Amino acid sequence: MAVCSIKCTLILNSLLNKQREDYYLMSTTNSEYKTRFRLNKNILYMLMLLPGVIWFICEMYLPLFGLILAFKQFHFYRGGFFYSLFKSKWVWFDNFTYLFSSHEAWVITRNTLGYNIVFILLGTFLSVFLAIGFSQMLNKKLSKLFQTLIFCPYFITPVVIGYLVMSFMSYEHGAVNGLLKLFNITPINWYNEQGVWPYILVIVDMWWTIGYSSIIYLAAILGIGQQLYEAAEIEGASKWQQIRFITIPSIKPMIIVMVLIAIGGIFQGNFGLFYFAPMKSGSLFPVTQVINTYTFRALMFTSNVGMTSAACLYQSVMGLILVFVFNGSLRKFDPENAQF
Amino acid sequence: MIVRKKSKRKPTDISRTSNVTLSIIVGIVAVVCIYPIILMFMISLSAEKSIVMNGFNFFPAHYSLEAYRYLFKIGSQLLTSYMITIIVTVGGTILSVCLITLYAYGISRDDFKYRKFFTFFALFPLLFNAGFVATYLINSQLLGFTNSFLGLIIPLAISPFLILIMRTYFKTTIPSALIEAARIDGAGEFRIFYKIVVPLSKPGIATISLLQAVAYWNDWWDPLLYIDKPSMTPVQLMLQKTQANMQFIINNSSSMSTNSIELLKHMPTQTAIFAILVLATIPILCTYPFFQKYVVSGMTVGGVKD
Repeated sequence: MAVCSIKCTLILNSLLNKQREDYYLMSTTNSEYKTRFRLNKNILYMLMLLPGVIWFICEMYLPLFGLILAFKQFHFYRGGFFYSLFKSKWVWFDNFTYLFSSHEAWVITRNTLGYNIVFILLGTFLSVFLAIGFSQMLNKKLSKLFQTLIFCPYFITPVVIGYLVMSFMSYEHGAVNGLLKLFNITPINWYNEQGVWPYILVIVDMWWTIGYSSIIYLAAILGIGQQLYEAAEIEGASKWQQIRFITIPSIKPMIIVMVLIAIGGIFQGNFGLFYFAPMKSGSLFPVTQVINTYTFRALMFTSNVGMTSAACLYQSVMGLILVFVFNGSLRKFDPENAQF
Repeated sequence: MIVRKKSKRKPTDISRTSNVTLSIIVGIVAVVCIYPIILMFMISLSAEKSIVMNGFNFFPAHYSLEAYRYLFKIGSQLLTSYMITIIVTVGGTILSVCLITLYAYGISRDDFKYRKFFTFFALFPLLFNAGFVATYLINSQLLGFTNSFLGLIIPLAISPFLILIMRTYFKTTIPSALIEAARIDGAGEFRIFYKIVVPLSKPGIATISLLQAVAYWNDWWDPLLYIDKPSMTPVQLMLQKTQANMQFIINNSSSMSTNSIELLKHMPTQTAIFAILVLATIPILCTYPFFQKYVVSGMTVGGVKD
């Protein structure tokens, strides 16, 4: 890594020098060219951003108007979406009352929060552990191989994950029941057992995500200057102390950004996992249904646009509140790392 | 005479025993991670009867390629879906890499006056967005994404998180002096971008290309919302439709319409599904070695505010 960066700097320097020489040779003609043709830099930068800005407006900011739907009883009228949006009757908080009147509102909120808090805590711990492991292993080839293997689940879709879970948990053919049979225990229909699914979902999520996030942390660890460790070594710091006082503090800003983003996505994320992994088994809903899957199913089966929009707004607002709480506590206890 | 290479131990390396322990722990995690994927392969290669008898096994009693042979026999829907997915993945990745790098480059430059505003503009959706109902309604009612490539490509074209990665990358690897020098030489901003910045940012661009290619290939959500024509069904949607049975593939493969009942009867149910899973996963898994060289060095995420 260090060698590589030195090489890079050398190449860059030579490039730079070459550019400068050229500049001295051609400066006269260029200044003329510059004054005549150069547009305002800021306008050029804005031109670069333009396609992206259009995308953000269409896909991210325009739908924000759709949140008004949460306070309306939506009907499709001929004359386009916005026409129907404004023509629909205001019902104010009726959609929310309907949403929260059911027992399910509490269950899905609990599931969403509970699972995601475990995912974030355990996921961060495991991936930082793995990243440190990758960086410390002496055999770099082996480390690279392990990185590849652990990254592999990232390529698997939730649809496929559903089947993979099934290949373990299926009543008739599953690997787990196969193991039980070996020990003469009667097979269990796992898709009816609520108790085990929290563990299964956590394990599957870890399996799916730690490869990706550990690579992100590894990239940060490799960016830490080696001289810090050398200095610590000379001072007689043990490896544990080096990890605790150099590695962890150095990647802490990044951990915080990742956690912040994860918290913003708490009420959105992991739809696929919760939707596909339990194979839509209705008897598991009390432990596998999260806000997203609930909303989606409600929209598909009842087409109640108003209520589902209310659920979406509830999700987004809760996510935003959590982000502000997290950032606020950072401001109080660790002001350097507060993001805004 | 045998010259043994002396093992060069740096003073900051960990001790031999802890290296072995660490390697074993990480190795176990690696095996656990790869095991289900290999299991999927093995099931797809099993004979149907050995699954009926012994369940899903890592080492089946009988191997057979029956499942794959069967899929190729009924394959025309499979082929259509593959074509759609490939077009979407290639087209979408190119488009989104262009959009993301341009945007990230713009907000990474210190001399851009409005960079703070546009950074916020891009990152705000990470913290607050409208949720899928409103997005779905806008896309299908207003922008007409239903049953078109737009619906498969546009929703994923930009990911704020990747803009964050790319911005950090530009900030840390492209020295301002270099850009200043090129500017003095009279190169325009766009020329600086694609003649200097892009070639220097290969690892970052490779990383986001990989991540976007995976996102497009694995996208099961947008087709679920916007696609209902079999001729526009990508692989991931086909997978969802086959969840219950193979009916979907058979019904929509025109060549086989006459004897579809016959085909259904002889279907290797379990193994055929896993064979489809393998076929859906392999192509994207195969792209990884091409990108791997760059992925770690390209993935640095910086803070939001700097």
